[in-house]
Amino acid sequence: MQTVPTNPSAESRLPTGAIASDAASMMLTLTVAGQPCAVPVLAVRDVLGVQAITRIPLAPREVAGSLNLRGRIVTAVDLRGRLGLPSRAPGEVAMSVVVEVGGELYSLLADQVGEVLTLNPEERAPNPPTLDASWKEFSLGVHRRDDHLLVLLDVEQLLALGV
Amino acid sequence: MDDLLADFLTETNEGLASLDAALLQLERNPANGSVLSEIFRIVHTIKGTCGFLGLPRLEGVAHAAENVLGLWREGTLPVTPAGITLILTAADRFKLIVAGLEATGSEPAGDDAPLKAALDAAASGEVAVEEINAEAVIPAAETIAAEGPAEAAPAAGNAPQTIRVAVDVLEDLMVLVSELVLTRNQLMQLARAEENAAFSVPLQRLSQITSDLQDGVMKTRMQPIGNAWSKLPRLVRDLSHDLGKRIELEMRGADTELDRQVMELIKDPLTHMVRNSADHGLETPEQRRAAGKKETGRILLNAFHEGGHIVLQIGDDGRGLNTDRIKAKCIAQGLATEAELATMSERDIHRFIFRAGFSTAAEVTSVSGRGVGMDVVKTNIERIGGTVDLTSREHRGTTFSIKIPLTLAIAAALIVEAGGERFAIPQAGVLELVRVGGVDGPKVERIKDSAVLRLRGQLLPLVSLRQVLRLDHDAGAEAEGFVVVTQVAGQLFGIVVDRVFDTEEIVVKPVAPILRHITMFSGNTILGDGSVIMILDPNGIARASGLGLEGGTESGALEEAAATSRRSDRHTALLLFRAGPGAPKAVPLGLVARLENLDAARIERTGESLVVQYRGTLMPLIPLDHGIMPAETGEQPVLVFGDGDRAMGLMVDEILDVVDVPLEMDNAGLRPGFLGSCVVDGKVTDLLDTGYWLKQGQSDWFEPAVVSGARPRVLVAEDSDFFRNLIVPAIMAAGYDVTTVGNGRDALRLREAGERFDVIVSDIHMPELDGMALARAVREGGPWAELPMIALSGSASPADVERGREAGFSDYIAKFDRDALLASLQHCLQPMLAR
Repeated sequence: MQTVPTNPSAESRLPTGAIASDAASMMLTLTVAGQPCAVPVLAVRDVLGVQAITRIPLAPREVAGSLNLRGRIVTAVDLRGRLGLPSRAPGEVAMSVVVEVGGELYSLLADQVGEVLTLNPEERAPNPPTLDASWKEFSLGVHRRDDHLLVLLDVEQLLALGV
Repeated sequence: MDDLLADFLTETNEGLASLDAALLQLERNPANGSVLSEIFRIVHTIKGTCGFLGLPRLEGVAHAAENVLGLWREGTLPVTPAGITLILTAADRFKLIVAGLEATGSEPAGDDAPLKAALDAAASGEVAVEEINAEAVIPAAETIAAEGPAEAAPAAGNAPQTIRVAVDVLEDLMVLVSELVLTRNQLMQLARAEENAAFSVPLQRLSQITSDLQDGVMKTRMQPIGNAWSKLPRLVRDLSHDLGKRIELEMRGADTELDRQVMELIKDPLTHMVRNSADHGLETPEQRRAAGKKETGRILLNAFHEGGHIVLQIGDDGRGLNTDRIKAKCIAQGLATEAELATMSERDIHRFIFRAGFSTAAEVTSVSGRGVGMDVVKTNIERIGGTVDLTSREHRGTTFSIKIPLTLAIAAALIVEAGGERFAIPQAGVLELVRVGGVDGPKVERIKDSAVLRLRGQLLPLVSLRQVLRLDHDAGAEAEGFVVVTQVAGQLFGIVVDRVFDTEEIVVKPVAPILRHITMFSGNTILGDGSVIMILDPNGIARASGLGLEGGTESGALEEAAATSRRSDRHTALLLFRAGPGAPKAVPLGLVARLENLDAARIERTGESLVVQYRGTLMPLIPLDHGIMPAETGEQPVLVFGDGDRAMGLMVDEILDVVDVPLEMDNAGLRPGFLGSCVVDGKVTDLLDTGYWLKQGQSDWFEPAVVSGARPRVLVAEDSDFFRNLIVPAIMAAGYDVTTVGNGRDALRLREAGERFDVIVSDIHMPELDGMALARAVREGGPWAELPMIALSGSASPADVERGREAGFSDYIAKFDRDALLASLQHCLQPMLAR
């Protein structure tokens, strides 16, 4: 209150900008039917273990149901279904990656959730032209890791369902 | 400056809202000095503040208007309708400028010169100078002198005990309370599984406080419906000028409260319907004179509470719906064939006006008849879980009835299961539950693929929840289950489910955008056990099943039949329970205020008697059988009689069922505490004498709850001892002084004997002189002519109610509807109690 910087915007822009770009390149890795994928950490609100999910009749096939996250209702979208992969065998469990899009919470169901990595956007390779059509829509590009390829998922596109 | 302007806008809006009403009042009674002072004060305040804030346009108009008002006040100029119109125009200009200020922060551009010139002309006396006469002026001046200061003093002395709170804050509070209720429910569920947990007592308190908090927050959202009506008198006045009709608007029950969210949603439909009544419903003065009616048409708005709902009626005494024209239009639009129409009741034909694009006005006027009509009204009302219906008689008028829930925030819902999934059905739409299949239950029958159920001699169309939701469908598994009888837009149908759990209070939350296209669900919620559940939308289910169309050929007949059989004299809803050895016991459901399962740990002993803390007071508990001891642990089922401050609980062993049975009594009065016995489901069942048990609970039960001057005197005319025994205790318990007679003839003898009462409650069917004849005789004249009269009858179909009103009854109540009767008594006696 007492000291007012002469030009606050110029002073503060640099550090926050740096943090923002750091955070923007941080990705949470997850596995869907054996395929390593990643989503931006900034979009993720929570990672949950196995949850009781209520099925929703008449919902699009990819919608697994809804679950209760500390009193908020979260709609669960099964990444396997969304990415055209075979559904989970009975007994196989799913992890919930809760993301916020447009003020609504959604849970992306993945088979495993891995670690948080910082990925340099410049190292991202575009989608190979031969990539399956059902994946092209949701992939923002591919990162080469030592022993595998990591597909960067477009969260908003994944949730553009039933509209 | 911004804050100042915001405060000014809020204040000015409030002032402007009352300005219209005050001007109309002044028009009716130009000599009312206090109203004139009020108008002057509002305009003067606006003028003064805008000078300060630098709003030249507003100030200019206000100044010119104030000049005219000042002359009126001094008595130099008479108040004329033309003058009122001029000031109303100025009020409109204020609103226009204020709206502009709100939107942009500065005054909108515009030319006020003509208006100001007209006002100045009026002020200089150019308009209607010849109307000035001494008689009109002097009383006006005197009233100002007499009432002006008296009016101002109390206003200054008692600053209103209210503060202004932003609606957003209240909304947030409501959301938080809803969440709290859900969390409480969850905790309660956990506690139930854990016996003797240390936290069960504090949890009980938490639960109680949560409920109170919920009530409290709900109250902050409640507003009198009169707020939604405040613009209507002006609307009607303008319409009557535009249409050249003479219209009188009567508003009853303006203080009936409802949730402001609901109110916002019904404002537009309401305005539309009043417009419709004025434009289509009422005739011109010439037409009315020719039809032998008063030249001034009447529009009546009425609002009252009924159960968890508020009922709004918009009626007119105009020409009524033209059945032939509706028929012609139906055929022209291909909605029905002539043969179909021939089999339909008049009421069903009238209901066609709720169809999309249906307007019977021969020509489109500027007021209404643009094709967006009753269908939009109906859709809007149904969207908030309400229903709308109408009754109309040619040359007598049309009345629309809207029934809407009091609040949308928290609702009771029935939890059902189908195909292994649980769903919630809003309780408001559920009429009854029928168990089907099994060994001796009614059977679901099929006509080709359509399932139907025979329900009291009518065919009820059925919709399988498994089928409409495409759950694992296995036709065989439906042999047993439940039918949830639901009503949507006058159409009765049954939803077949596998199981029914209990009811829960739910907080309706909207579904995620990616699921909004599924019309079967109106929302979702979290249950007490923490699981997410979808809330079914009966409207959507009906539409998906092709049932939602208004005016299906047999819907009306079916509904009427169901309504009468639900309420008929022969069928009574009885609550069956077990208490002590011997036959099951029963009590008419309508007499029981609530059913509770009390936590045994909460029951306390004071000397010989048992009490429990219940809704903030101590409620005595009476064992219905001496053998019944309160349970040591677990839950004690209790029937609660009475209300809030004066409740009494009857402990029973087990609550069994609610049945709808013909009531035929035997062995009347053999044992104290019982009226007699009747046969329910082939078993002899003892019928409880509630009056006896209420006296056991509190010896002073029939003393007035509050010692207030004189108790209102009620005359009850009822021939059946049985009903008298049921009704009289309920009325006495509410603090009334009751006199009973066996028929209308005896009632009239009391009148001749010079007896005085405050209200008459009468049965319809009685020997010697029935209720209708009694009402007519009372209304003919004599000391009782103005008394409110309440009809009690087994059948309360709209037609019966109409007949009752014609005979002179003020209200019409179904027998056994204790709450409705007490509410009606209170309503009828309000003017008296206010004195």
